[in-house]
Amino acid sequence: MKKNVSFETALKRLEEIVDEMENGGAELERSLAMYEEGIKLVNFCTAKLEEAKNKVEMLTKSGGVVKPEPYKDRSRA
Amino acid sequence: MPQSEGRKIYSVSELNREIKAVLEDTYPDIWVEAEISGLKTYSSGHTYFFLKDGDSQISAVIFRGAGDTIKFSFEEGLKVIVRGRVTAYPKRGDYQIIVKYAEPAGIGALQLAFEQLKARLHSEGLFDEARKRKIPLLVQRLGIVTSPDGAALSDILTVINRRFANVEITIYPVRVQGEEAKHEIAAAIEYLNSNYPGLDVLLVGRGGGSYQDLWAFNEEVVARAIYRSKIPVISCVGHEVDFTIADFVADLRAPTPSAAAELVVRNKSELAGTLETLRGRLAVNIENRLAALKSALGNLAGSRVLEKPEAIFEIKMQDLDGLSRALQGSVEGILSAAERTFAHCSEKLSLVSPLNVLSRGYAICSRADSGSIVKDSAGLRPGDPVNIKLFRGGFKGAVKEIIPAEEPQ
Repeated sequence: MKKNVSFETALKRLEEIVDEMENGGAELERSLAMYEEGIKLVNFCTAKLEEAKNKVEMLTKSGGVVKPEPYKDRSRA
Repeated sequence: MPQSEGRKIYSVSELNREIKAVLEDTYPDIWVEAEISGLKTYSSGHTYFFLKDGDSQISAVIFRGAGDTIKFSFEEGLKVIVRGRVTAYPKRGDYQIIVKYAEPAGIGALQLAFEQLKARLHSEGLFDEARKRKIPLLVQRLGIVTSPDGAALSDILTVINRRFANVEITIYPVRVQGEEAKHEIAAAIEYLNSNYPGLDVLLVGRGGGSYQDLWAFNEEVVARAIYRSKIPVISCVGHEVDFTIADFVADLRAPTPSAAAELVVRNKSELAGTLETLRGRLAVNIENRLAALKSALGNLAGSRVLEKPEAIFEIKMQDLDGLSRALQGSVEGILSAAERTFAHCSEKLSLVSPLNVLSRGYAICSRADSGSIVKDSAGLRPGDPVNIKLFRGGFKGAVKEIIPAEEPQ
């Protein structure tokens, strides 16, 4: 699985694979290859979904320069 | 026309004509604030009504063409500010105001500006659904353009925290009301596009407020910044009922800031569900496939040939025996048929054999010289030597006398 694949692209491919497998007709070997690719895609998408990203930053302007500062006030939520 | 000294006597039509002239000269272009009453629209397209306040009223008319420039609908009791001229209707001695423009009293000017900008941007195609950017399925990096102190920001963060959403958030604080607000909002959208192009979505909005409070989101500069944004924009201005120009241009309108945050994170849990379903379908499919193959293999493995290979030879040997028997049978058949034919032929042959004829007492006479069988006495002469063959033996002789054949009758 390439790292730069978008979540959307991966999900779309996964849906295609499942549809194709369910429509039948593929050779066993091909089905197994598709299954393997499908599982990889599921894992990729799941990892993307669970990727820990909790940073909250607020941009502040001082002297005409904009710079990010960590946003502290999140605890009140 | 009778004239008396010191007094001017008008005819009615003359008076009316003069009043009409006075009114028209005095009130050629005036603004009047009043309430609409007795509204009637005729099929001609002209609208007649009264402008009134307290105990006073004046007839008014909007001719069809002028009505087209008025962007809102007239309603009974609506407070309006109209612009027009006063004129008289000499036939009835009435006077009235001919309205060429109207706006609702109160928020009228803003409302009008809103309608006009909306119409203009719409005709430019800024609201076309086809040009709108797709909100990504998975939002991992979120930009927020709103007031740092407003309800909108805390509402958004509350929702995101509650859902344990893994989202990286960049907040660009701006003023959301006042004269400078529109420029700050537009600049923020542009800044995030240039400096944070990796953001998946921008939330642009503010909490609830009066029509005037929300006004910055009806400004053209904000609309154009949203339009130019490469990052998809979700607008979330005020409450459910508030619609701003920003909402029309945005790629998606959320009714409130909380709803915008819900849109972003709810999507995420739906995605997790979708993935789980797909994983299940994959597994079920491959398991069924393998189970089917396994059972097909089982059937094959259990077949007699694979279990007891010599069986196939037994069958073949039996086949061979059968074939041999059949072959033998057919050869015997051919032979016995030949035998029967032979016997039949022999019998037939014996019937026609001269020996058979002789046995019944006939004799065969042949010439002694040529050996040819004599069938007609005409060919013989007395003294010719002949051989006579009998059933048993024979003898040699000579013709003694010719007996001619009897002539047939």
